[in-house]
Amino acid sequence: MNTRDKIAEDKIATDSIATEKISIENVSRRGFLQGALSAGAFVLCARIIPQPVWAKTAASLSIEPASIAATAFHPGVFVGIHTDGTVFIVAHRSEMGNGVRTSLPRILADELDADWNRVKVLQADADAGFGSQDTDGSHSVREFFDTLREAGATARLMLVRAAAQQWGVPESQCVADPVHTVTHTASKRTFGYGELAPIAAKLPVPKKEELKLKTPPEWRYIGKPAPGYDVTDVCAGKPLFGMDVRVDGMLYAAIAHPPVLGGKVKSLDGSAALKVIGVKQTLAIDPFKPPHAFQPLGGVAVIADNTFAAFKGRKNLKIEWDNGANAGYNSVDYKKELQQTARQPGKVVHAVGDADAEFAKGSKIVEAEYFAPHLAHASMEPPVAVADVQGEKVTIWSPTQNPQGVQEEVAKALGLKKENVTCHVTFLGGGFGRKSKPDYAVEAAVLSKKTGRPMKVIWSREDDIKFDYFHSVAAMYLKAAVDDKGMPKAWLQRSVFPPIGSSFNSAEVYGSAGEMSLGWDLTPFDVANFRSENGAATAHVRIGWLRSVANIYHAFAVQSFANELAVAANRDPYDYLLALLGPARHVDPGPKGSPGVMEKYPYDIGRLSHVAEVAAEKSNWSKKKFGKGSGMGIAVHRSFFTYVASVVEVEVDDQGTISIPHVTTAVDAGIVANPEMVHSQFEGAAVFGTSIARTGEITATNGVIDQSNFNDYPLARMNDAPRQVDVHIIESSAAPAGVGEPGVPPFVPALCNAVFAATGKRVRELPLARNGFA
Amino acid sequence: MIRFKVNGTSQTFDGDPEMPLLWYLRDVLGLTGTKFGCGMGLCGACTVLQNGKAIRSCQKQMGSAGGLEITTIEGISAHGPHAVQKAWADVNVPQCGYCQPGQIMQSVSLLTSQPHPTDDDIDNGMAGNICRCGTYQRIRAAIKEAAKVTA
Repeated sequence: MNTRDKIAEDKIATDSIATEKISIENVSRRGFLQGALSAGAFVLCARIIPQPVWAKTAASLSIEPASIAATAFHPGVFVGIHTDGTVFIVAHRSEMGNGVRTSLPRILADELDADWNRVKVLQADADAGFGSQDTDGSHSVREFFDTLREAGATARLMLVRAAAQQWGVPESQCVADPVHTVTHTASKRTFGYGELAPIAAKLPVPKKEELKLKTPPEWRYIGKPAPGYDVTDVCAGKPLFGMDVRVDGMLYAAIAHPPVLGGKVKSLDGSAALKVIGVKQTLAIDPFKPPHAFQPLGGVAVIADNTFAAFKGRKNLKIEWDNGANAGYNSVDYKKELQQTARQPGKVVHAVGDADAEFAKGSKIVEAEYFAPHLAHASMEPPVAVADVQGEKVTIWSPTQNPQGVQEEVAKALGLKKENVTCHVTFLGGGFGRKSKPDYAVEAAVLSKKTGRPMKVIWSREDDIKFDYFHSVAAMYLKAAVDDKGMPKAWLQRSVFPPIGSSFNSAEVYGSAGEMSLGWDLTPFDVANFRSENGAATAHVRIGWLRSVANIYHAFAVQSFANELAVAANRDPYDYLLALLGPARHVDPGPKGSPGVMEKYPYDIGRLSHVAEVAAEKSNWSKKKFGKGSGMGIAVHRSFFTYVASVVEVEVDDQGTISIPHVTTAVDAGIVANPEMVHSQFEGAAVFGTSIARTGEITATNGVIDQSNFNDYPLARMNDAPRQVDVHIIESSAAPAGVGEPGVPPFVPALCNAVFAATGKRVRELPLARNGFA
Repeated sequence: MIRFKVNGTSQTFDGDPEMPLLWYLRDVLGLTGTKFGCGMGLCGACTVLQNGKAIRSCQKQMGSAGGLEITTIEGISAHGPHAVQKAWADVNVPQCGYCQPGQIMQSVSLLTSQPHPTDDDIDNGMAGNICRCGTYQRIRAAIKEAAKVTA
């Protein structure tokens, strides 16, 4: 598996967990601390991958250069304490609304017993020393929870030891209490952390066995709600985002991309573009060599001294395109193709018992086909990057989920070592998976190299929607043989979609194990005979991961079908769902299950049933009465190791216009770092899900994407989003799981099931707009 | 030469008259709090105040900006956070935050014309501003919070 395949696989694999060991080092007295830093700051580094990252200068960090110089903060360094008591914590993951700049530092600050008001968060540049910085797959808290706690506890113990040493008393008589202070319990003498920093800086790092991690009742910040660290700056409109980066001497570029994937410029007349006020030049960008992966799409760039001139110049380009092999891609035909494939036997993904034997016995058969179209990410900030190429050195400023990917891809495109590429990570105006593909940063680097000037590449909304890495289109076929009570004795589910792997291997037509693990390979249901399958599909556009990935269409099909079975059995959908989930147990993943994952994150049906019970209770499922045109739907789904139930209430008027007065979500995500952020993520997931369910649809005609902006790719607005979303977090001591994505998958089928309850109309094809609803 | 004011300061412009106010604010003045989202007046990320009333700066050409008094997010923040910004922080509205300057400017305008907005007033008044992260229910709560101070 090459690096790109690995990246793609990691991104989508639910069951990938970090296996690297961390090594914590006291780097207070390293060479780079001398000079700018007066003696005294205490700096600990928790390295995930033991790789020397010390050679760089402190100036390479992008934010707050003055304070960095003073504390000599450095990539790979997680925590430092300045002599004035300021605690610096590095956020090494990308902030895109997920709250990581708050949640992750608070985990460390908790074990450190630091005063949160005296913590300064620094955003890390790209550096392999951090381990994965790829902010994707709802990994951040679950992968770094232990590391950050260990780093904080190590620093705390060293501060306690420093104090004990100063007082000449046993370490056991000293405690880190009150906050930011070490107290000698007998004499009540105290030292502030700032005073202790120079002493702690000279101590050896304690062994892991010596650390005493806090017990949950002792937690100061973990599990307690906290607002965003940056909320004031964000509301003040401070220049935090990639779109806001301005560099001296910078030029602006808009790129006319080939309208069809793989297309090339046949002829170009740039004369009218060059007449636009502010336009400097036009430049061709080479087409990619398949597979396209993260390479630029090619096309023609218009370089100007402001964004508007670049956009206007681009409009004035006259380009004749050679559209190439994908010009035959038509969504109407492709849908039929996928549906045909879904009706034929596919590759077996997982099997329990013998479904076919049971189907042959002549029981009642229920079957249904489902379909879900391509989706675009449409983050509010379109892709944008600034690059400055100076000889062998490159500096990139980019809203990226994948800073090390930026380094790798820019280095590859320019024929440099990736160590020569510095990537400053800005805030992201939304990411949802789009911004882990660094193609737009590569475009900026290529153009900066060609012009010798710092270059800002700005994608318009039309670029963003037409040239996305699209969420895959999928056809699903489900079949069940049911007993006289309507419970399934055999269950078959088959999905067909062009896989993400096609972006990295043009010949790939089957879903990866990662995609299959997203709500498809295993069933949560208590069915003796089960088989999941996957059929082949060839991609004709760039396929990528979008928030929740394959869980979206898989949960839509499975949870809609469960609802159809309930209706067929003439039972209450919630009661039926619980019966279908069956007794509390761990699902056996078969030979694919890795022991480490199974131990930390078993597939626990008891927890899935419990979220359903909580959502039903909190939504008054059994007590609420509905008149004509209104109703309630329920769905459950486990993804990224988190268990979620959604209950959605709808009202549908005579014109088919849907309003959503209330959503109740129950979440079991194990230990929760910051419940405030969990609430936000699940409130937002209901709105994201509303956009998918109501109007989310990307189609192509002759290889060209039909949609272009928010007029033809509408997103949920305040007046059609759910009016009220209540989120109930289950208290748990289980290992932390993902929270950014798991809210989306169950919401969509819960909404469609509610529409059925309200109208009697079953939605088997997304979006609702295709079914006469608005 | 077009003359107008931005955040109380007199400015002149003699560039391409088709340039939208949005790009003038961002690329010429460096006031990047006003965001680019769609370029078609469909998302509200670029909302500023024109003589106190919300407009989409991506739809306002510089050729027609003569005499205008424009206020941006930087303008309402000049003397510490505005009541709306304070409410936004209290309710912890933002997720990614990119659309929030536009949401805040739209809310300032809404509260000027409707000091005591109902839920429906808010939904209708804010329907032009998209938030992809889905912070709408917190925006609604923050507007009600701010109304207690501004009304």
